[in-house]
Amino acid sequence: MKKRGEMKKVKKLKDMLNDGEHDDPFWWLLQKGIKPSFLCISIFALLVRVAVGLHPYSGANTPPKFGDYEAQRHWMEITLNLPAKDWYRNSSVNDLSYWGLDYPPLTAYQSYIHGVFLKTFDPDSVALFTSRGYESYIGKLLMRWTVLSSDVLIFFPAVLYFVLVYRSMRLGMGQNSDVAWHIAIILLNPCLILIDHGHFQYNCISLGLTIAAIAAALSQKDLVASVLYCLALNHKQMSAYFAPAFFSYLLGKCLKNKNPLLEVTKLGLMVIGTFAVVWWPYLQSKEAALAVLSRLAPFERGIYEDYVANFWCTSSVLVKWKKLYTTQSLRIFSLAATLLTCLPSMVQQILAPSSKGFLYALLNSSFSFYLFSFQVHEKSVLLPLLPLTLLALEERQPLLWLTHFAMFSMFPLLHRDKLVVAYIALYALFILVYFAPGGPSGRCNGSKTRDHSQTTKRGMEFIFSIAFHPLVMGLVGFCSLILHVIYLTMRPPTKYPFLFEALIMLICFSQFVLFTLYFNSKQWMLSKHLTSKDKQKKII
Amino acid sequence: MELQESPRSPAATKQLFWFFGIATAVKLLLIPSYHSTDLEVHRHWLAITHSLPLSQWYYDETSEWTLDYPPFFAYFERFLSVFANLIDPRIVHLHHGLNYKANSAIYFQRISVIVSDLFLLYGVYISTRNLPSLKRNLVWVLVIWSPGLLIVDHLHFQYNGFLFGWLLLSISFLAQGKDLMGGFLFAVLLCFKHLFAVAAPVYFVYLLRHYCRGGLVRGFARLSAIGAVVVAVFAAAYGPFVYHGQIQQVIRRMFPFGRGLCHAYWAPNFWVFYIMLDKGTAFLLRKVGFNIPAPVASFTGGLVGDASPFAVLPRITPMTTFIMVLLALSPCLFKTWRDPRPRLIARSVAYAYTCGFLFGWHVHEKASLHISIPLALVAVESLEDAKHYFLLSIVSCYSLFPLLYEVQEYPIKVLLLLLHTILTWFCFSALFAKNEATKGTLEVDKKTTQSESKGTSRTGVEKQRFELGWVAKSYLLGVVVVEIWGQFLHPYLLGDKLPFLPLMLVSMYCAIGIMYSWIWQLKSIIILS
Repeated sequence: MKKRGEMKKVKKLKDMLNDGEHDDPFWWLLQKGIKPSFLCISIFALLVRVAVGLHPYSGANTPPKFGDYEAQRHWMEITLNLPAKDWYRNSSVNDLSYWGLDYPPLTAYQSYIHGVFLKTFDPDSVALFTSRGYESYIGKLLMRWTVLSSDVLIFFPAVLYFVLVYRSMRLGMGQNSDVAWHIAIILLNPCLILIDHGHFQYNCISLGLTIAAIAAALSQKDLVASVLYCLALNHKQMSAYFAPAFFSYLLGKCLKNKNPLLEVTKLGLMVIGTFAVVWWPYLQSKEAALAVLSRLAPFERGIYEDYVANFWCTSSVLVKWKKLYTTQSLRIFSLAATLLTCLPSMVQQILAPSSKGFLYALLNSSFSFYLFSFQVHEKSVLLPLLPLTLLALEERQPLLWLTHFAMFSMFPLLHRDKLVVAYIALYALFILVYFAPGGPSGRCNGSKTRDHSQTTKRGMEFIFSIAFHPLVMGLVGFCSLILHVIYLTMRPPTKYPFLFEALIMLICFSQFVLFTLYFNSKQWMLSKHLTSKDKQKKII
Repeated sequence: MELQESPRSPAATKQLFWFFGIATAVKLLLIPSYHSTDLEVHRHWLAITHSLPLSQWYYDETSEWTLDYPPFFAYFERFLSVFANLIDPRIVHLHHGLNYKANSAIYFQRISVIVSDLFLLYGVYISTRNLPSLKRNLVWVLVIWSPGLLIVDHLHFQYNGFLFGWLLLSISFLAQGKDLMGGFLFAVLLCFKHLFAVAAPVYFVYLLRHYCRGGLVRGFARLSAIGAVVVAVFAAAYGPFVYHGQIQQVIRRMFPFGRGLCHAYWAPNFWVFYIMLDKGTAFLLRKVGFNIPAPVASFTGGLVGDASPFAVLPRITPMTTFIMVLLALSPCLFKTWRDPRPRLIARSVAYAYTCGFLFGWHVHEKASLHISIPLALVAVESLEDAKHYFLLSIVSCYSLFPLLYEVQEYPIKVLLLLLHTILTWFCFSALFAKNEATKGTLEVDKKTTQSESKGTSRTGVEKQRFELGWVAKSYLLGVVVVEIWGQFLHPYLLGDKLPFLPLMLVSMYCAIGIMYSWIWQLKSIIILS
């Protein structure tokens, strides 16, 4: 009997060696372990980023206001030439109406460092006043390289950290090929690459810090996590999309502790300390701090801009929010709506904090913010997309589907930036990576379980059974593909110049809402599942 | 083990398409990058073939970029021009199109290269379909993700990918014993780009000895068959020009020997050493007291005219280079004559291109692809091949670096080479680690009673691991040093002085690697028979 078992084992090993390559065509890449394959994938991801950088940036050759590229360059110019106190203050040398600094201080410091870098190689590009609208071959390259270096220094290591933590968390579940696939999915997220290296922004910094914070939280280093998250928040106020999740998860964990008050105090001190350090130049007087704060919350810009696939913008087709209500009341509406929709996932995490639940909470709170908060941009879809990529191994089909619609929702913006070719190439790359042979989706196993139908019961079941019906999904997907072509080739009727944008917005919004519901219910199912398990344990 | 696998499984084809798809996405992203004047050259050829009747193609001098490829390539351009005309008629306008830099022209041409790479895909598919899957993956990585091809075709701009597809097809037909088909494809290839003719002697000898054998009558019948095929191909290509009585003009255009021994940037070949020797001796003789006049034309100054560029050593004529290539080729020809084996044909062809690269007249650095692409097919055969190929592919890719001299492409070429190096390293070490592991399990199989954990027994395993010797390692490190010197230290330390030095260093250093590869290939061809 024993002999037989061993023979079986040997046979299995042999089979693995002989036929293993059939299952896993990337065996040669993975056999050295995770870090070497991470190196390989990250070099490829870097290559892709450099190649996207060859394409135009937002607002290239479009005076007088240009675009985000000019904004970032202008911030470098301001931070480099003025003392820190004057960065956020309107003055004769700092005209805030021309791309005034409206991101938190960490962005300002980062702009300063990059400004120094630009100054050493191309002083004209950051000269005070005279460099406005400065565009040159070398200037573009240097700017692109600042984003690349931020990516390499912050985002890539954070991803490696997360993947290692996540792998140990899953405790041997999944093979190396799954991990490599996961790395590729996170690093080759087409939306992030297009916005950072095409359109031009530094999301990689705040998102990288967030990933690192998530990894730290998952590995029970709550203090480190809170510091890293505060840094992310201080780089881009948009990181607040994740705040409810972090807050509730960390709070929930403290409450489970023997001495909750002490734990909460420790975290609170860390948060306050980090903020104090970052905000130091503005803490000398109340006015200075308030001036910065008012810059960070540009309420005067209205509840939405352009065509964003969120609630306010989509419903404005029917209800003219901007005309009916004052900005003041809209602020309260949006705050209330956001908090209300966040609440279920927050409650779940406070009651039963868990690693997996935390990732879902990140997803849910960021989707709530995207859908209901004040002043959302198309680019904000990057934030919900981040936890989704982190959950890629659990939520494979939603990942494909939502990445498609996230890309689609940014299509008009990227089209304006003349990034359509890069859009197509990155989209293709994403699909290829997603269906990589040997990856979890490329493996031809017949057991394609539909997660939705299993986990969602009762109330939501009916909605989901219709919305996630292959026919409906196929139709919606087909429509979105057709709309791409129509957007590129046809002109909208003169009566409705933004007809296509509105259609895109409607389709994307419907999918985003559906998946927010789905993920929320999934998060709650998770806790039920867990509690029943706990109960079983207790009984045993 | 290799027999058990189903080589033509749909999964394998899917994987191949996956590899190709990844490469295509990267190629699409690279469209806005720097391109050389070759883009304008090919655009002008589109215009020539579209706007002029065939009888004037090889006479036109509207632009300095006259048509100097063989007729099939001209027909290919004619074919493309039909679509170009549909997209933007100005692309194919003989006069208005000159130096036309609109996006329509750039995108059309770039995408035509990307699409034509489908031939490469097919060539790779045919030539790897009988390999076991790991080796097959490896060849795909080496050919489809070849950094050299990306640099030359998709950054610099040329149509090499699809020509290499033909070459791989032809080689794999020969390797399968389908000699007539292989010969036919090679003849077609020659009518696309005559630079491939360097391997013609090898093909000639091989086909003569391998195909035309089996007695006098049968041999003669086969000889006339293959002769007829080749003549038919050449007739299809050159017939119209013979009809117009222009054959001399066509040949004059195709072989411009007035261009000088070396290209503006010296390809890393034997002549680099020759020039250096000349300069060195002249310098020494001057020190001793001889009066050596400086040569009228200089190599560092760019293109060379008719005057002798050498101070001391004898002048090199096209005839000299021709004889040297044949001499270098002769051992291989001799071997092929004595023992024409299908298995060795890829090696022989690659060797022929190496000889042509090292000793040829006016060789471009791009021609190093002629060595590295066919050799990829045999790189997976043994450990020694893998080690050699690892070195060669890095050197041949690095020698292409000066093609992309602008800052914007600098990270791209470095990352491409880095990625290629890491990927090939992983591939080769996995391939040979795998052999080791299989041996280990086989031994386990014999002693089933023992636990399998001791399976990796060490007998004869040490030799099989993919490792580089210290010479190879230090040579590759030297590549890094040369690059750092040329890019950073030279401008910093010497400023504008000796501007030609970094490029000279690159070509000298790479020439050492290619010379080594030549000797290694020669050795392997002699030993393997």
